[in-house]
Amino acid sequence: MQANTLSGGFADPATQSAYAFRSVMEAMARPGTIQDIEGAAPPAPLSPAMGAVLLTLCDTETPVYLAGDMDCEAARAWLAFHTGAPFVGPAHCMFAVGTWDALTPLAVYPIGTSEYPDRSATLIVACSELAAGTTLTGPGIKDQATLSLPEVEAFQANRTLFPLGLDFIFTCGERLAALPRSTEVSRSSSEAIAQAGAS
Amino acid sequence: MYVAVKGGERAIENAHAWLAEERRGNTDIAELSIAQIREQLSLAVNRVMAEGSLYDPDLAALAIKQARGDLIEAIFLIRAYRTTLPRFGASEPIDTGIMACDRRISATFKDLPGGQVLGPTFDYTHRLLDFKLAADGEVPKAPSRDAETGTVPHVTEFLNREGLIEEAPYDDAPPPDLTREPLEMPSTRALRLQALTRADEGFTLGLAYSTQRGYGRNHAFVGELRIGSVPVEIDIPELGFPVEIGEVILTECETVNQFTGSKTEPPQFTRGYGLVFGQTERKAISMALVDRALRWEELGEDNVGAPAQDAEFVLYHADNIQATGFLEHIKLPHYVDFQSELELVRKLRREAGAQQLQEAAE
Amino acid sequence: MTEYNFAYLDEQTKRMIRRAILKGLAIPGYQVPFASREMPMPYGWGTGGVQVSAAVLTPSDTFKVIDQGADDTTNAVSIRTFFQRTAGVATTTATSDATVIQTRHRIPEEPLHEGQILVYQVPIPEPLRFLEPRESETRKMHSLEEYGLMHVKLYEDIIRHGHIATSYAYPVKVEGRYVMDPSPIPKFDNPKLRDMAAIQLFGAGREQRIYALPPYTQVVSLDFEDHPFEASKADHPCGMCGATDSYLDELIIDDIGGRMFVCSDTDYCEVRQAAGHKGKDAA
Repeated sequence: MQANTLSGGFADPATQSAYAFRSVMEAMARPGTIQDIEGAAPPAPLSPAMGAVLLTLCDTETPVYLAGDMDCEAARAWLAFHTGAPFVGPAHCMFAVGTWDALTPLAVYPIGTSEYPDRSATLIVACSELAAGTTLTGPGIKDQATLSLPEVEAFQANRTLFPLGLDFIFTCGERLAALPRSTEVSRSSSEAIAQAGAS
Repeated sequence: MYVAVKGGERAIENAHAWLAEERRGNTDIAELSIAQIREQLSLAVNRVMAEGSLYDPDLAALAIKQARGDLIEAIFLIRAYRTTLPRFGASEPIDTGIMACDRRISATFKDLPGGQVLGPTFDYTHRLLDFKLAADGEVPKAPSRDAETGTVPHVTEFLNREGLIEEAPYDDAPPPDLTREPLEMPSTRALRLQALTRADEGFTLGLAYSTQRGYGRNHAFVGELRIGSVPVEIDIPELGFPVEIGEVILTECETVNQFTGSKTEPPQFTRGYGLVFGQTERKAISMALVDRALRWEELGEDNVGAPAQDAEFVLYHADNIQATGFLEHIKLPHYVDFQSELELVRKLRREAGAQQLQEAAE
Repeated sequence: MTEYNFAYLDEQTKRMIRRAILKGLAIPGYQVPFASREMPMPYGWGTGGVQVSAAVLTPSDTFKVIDQGADDTTNAVSIRTFFQRTAGVATTTATSDATVIQTRHRIPEEPLHEGQILVYQVPIPEPLRFLEPRESETRKMHSLEEYGLMHVKLYEDIIRHGHIATSYAYPVKVEGRYVMDPSPIPKFDNPKLRDMAAIQLFGAGREQRIYALPPYTQVVSLDFEDHPFEASKADHPCGMCGATDSYLDELIIDDIGGRMFVCSDTDYCEVRQAAGHKGKDAA
C-alpha cells in the first residue's frame, strides 16, 4: 500500500465533510455558481475537489465508476481506503468520475425510473477550467446564470428526460460547480430568454 | 396589557426535574437496581429487547427503569441508542436446530423426537393472585435434570420428509435491512419478517387474532414452539472461519397452516414463521400467523380484504415507536393551523348566514 | 457530549441524507426516499427536520428554530438545545442572522436571503395521502403526473362550501411537474415558497422522505380560474406591533369573549416593536 493511499483524507471528517457538503449543496442548488471545496489531497489524477466530493458522498453503499485514466491503481486504492466504495461499470454506478471525454457518451448511465427518478447517476467531471460560459436557466437560478460546459447538446438532451436524468458536478482544482437535470442549457442568452418566455 | 408567555427552556428543565423525582418515587422505598429488573422483570426486558431490536438485557433493564416501566418508552430509548452504534459486521445465520431448549412444544404431534418440554411457562398456572409474593418472594428450588444435548429436529422437517408441507428453500441472499433502507412496497418476506419481529406486540397480537376470527383465516396449528439459547457466530475474514461471539435467547414459532394444492400439485400444508428475541412466545405465535396471512399472494389465495393480508397496512402501522410518536405529536402546538381553519370556518359561516338572509328576504 | 458525533448523526447516516438532499434539489418537489434513523426525539416531533439540519449544519452556522413561528415554543426550545449540545453551533432568534432555520408550520415573515437554508419539519409529505392511503398507488400517480384526484377534491370543496376548504398544508405544483405538500404551513405562507432566495429543504422522518426547492423555483398553489388561490389571514393588525402584513395568532384574553391578535412570527414582532411600531394592545 502506497503512503499516499493512506493520506489525503479528511483529518476531521465530521466537520470537513460538513463544509464540503455545503459547497456541493450550494453548487447543486444554484447551478452556475462556482464554490470552493477543500480538505482533500487525493493522488493524481483525482483533483482535490473531486477527492473532497467523493469523501463527502461516497461509502460502501455507493457504487463508483472510474472512467478512463481515473481508473488507475492510485485512485482505486485511495478511494477504497477512504470510502470503501465498490467499483462498478457505468451501468450500475451511483457516481461516475472522469474527464468529459472519458465519461461520454451518457446513454450508459442509470437515469432513474419514473417512480424513482432519484435512482440515477451523478457524474463528477474533471474540468480544465471553471468559468462563465453557456447560459443556464431553471430552478436555483434567478433570471439566468452562465457556466463553462464541455458541450451543450448532451445537457439539452439530458434536460428532456426530466424528471429522469443525470446530475453533474464539475470540478477543477479546489473548486466545483454543478448542473442538475432541471437546468435548461442554451447557447446564447437570447436563446435563454426565448426559452424562459416559452415556459 | 398583554405580556407574551416566555420561558420554555425553564419549563422544560423543571418538567425534567419533576419527572426524575416521580420516577424515583418515595425515597423511603429502596431503589430498584438494574440487576433486579433484569432478573425479576425478565419478560419486560425481553419485550424491550425484541421491539428495540437490540439484544442487551442490562441496557433494556436500564431503559425500563428510566422509562418508569413504560415499555414503549423503554423500547424508544433502546432504538435511539441502537441507531448510534457502529456496525462491525453481520453474524452468520443462526441455527435454531442446535438451540438449547428451555421449552419446546408441538401441538401437532403427541410425542416426537426431542420430546415435549413445558419449561418455565404460565400456561397451566391458575391465574390466582399469589399473596405470598407480596410478603416474601423466596421460592423453593425447582427440580432439575441434565440438559438435553445435541440437535433438536424441527417438526416441520418430519412433515417435509413426506412432502406434506411446502418446501422452505434455502436462500443465502443477504436480507434487506429496514433500519438502513427506506421501506419499499411491494415487500419481500424477509423484510416483512424483519418488520414483524420488532413490531408492537399488541398490534401483532390483534392482527393474528383477527385472522383466527375469519379476517384472512389460515387455520394455524402450532407445529412447534421452542425457546432457548442459540450461539451467534461471526465470520472473521482474517481467520477464515466463523467465531462464536455469544449466545442469544430466542423464541421460534413454526405454524403448520391450511393446505393448498392444485391440479398439478397435490395438497400440502403451508408455513408461518415467527422468531423473536427472548422468551416472547405470544409475540412469536402472533408473528407466525401474520406472516402466513401476508403470504396470500405467493400461495395463490384470495385477497379477502382482511387487514392482516394487507402488507402495506401492516408494515406501515406495526411499529410502535413510529405510531406513538405521530399519535402523540398532536399535543404539540398546532395553533397556527388551527387559526387558519378558524378563519375559514368563520368565513364560510358568514357567507352561509348571508345567503340564508338573502333567501329569506326573497 | 463527546460520546456523540458532531451534530449527533454518524457520518454514514449523514452521507446518506446528503445524497438524498442533492437528488431532492435536482428534482424539485419530488420526494426522495431515505433511510430515516431513529432519533432521540419522537417521530412526529421534527425527526425529519432534525436529520436534515444535522446533515447540513457546519460549526460556523448560526441556527434558529421556530415552531408556530415562535422561537420560545417548547419543541423549538428542545430542538435548539439539542443542536447547541451536539453541534455546538451558535443559535439566534433573529431571522436575518440565522444561516440555517428549522421550522414547523411557518415561513418567517422577513424575506430570506441567499446563503440561508430553511428546513421544514414535515409530518405527512405525500400531498395525495388523504385521497389515497396507499404509497404504492400515490407513487404511481406522481410518476404518471396523474393529479386529477386532487383537482376533484378541491372542486368538491367549492361545490360544497363555495371555497377550497384547505387552509393549511395547501398543495402546490413545483416547476409544472410535481404536486408537493408544503408541510402544514398556513396557506398565507404559500406565496413565500415561490422564488425564495434561500434553499428550502423538507424532512419527513417517520415517512422517510426528503424533498427540496432550490432558490428561485416556480411554485404555484393549486387553484381554478374562477376560484383563484387566496392567501388569507385574520383581518386585523397585530395588537403588539401593529403589523398588517403578518400572520396572526388569536389569543383568548378573558372569559367574556375578549380576543387579541398578535404576530405568530415572534422575531418579526419584536424587531418591529424595537423599531417603535406599536399596536393597540401594546403597553
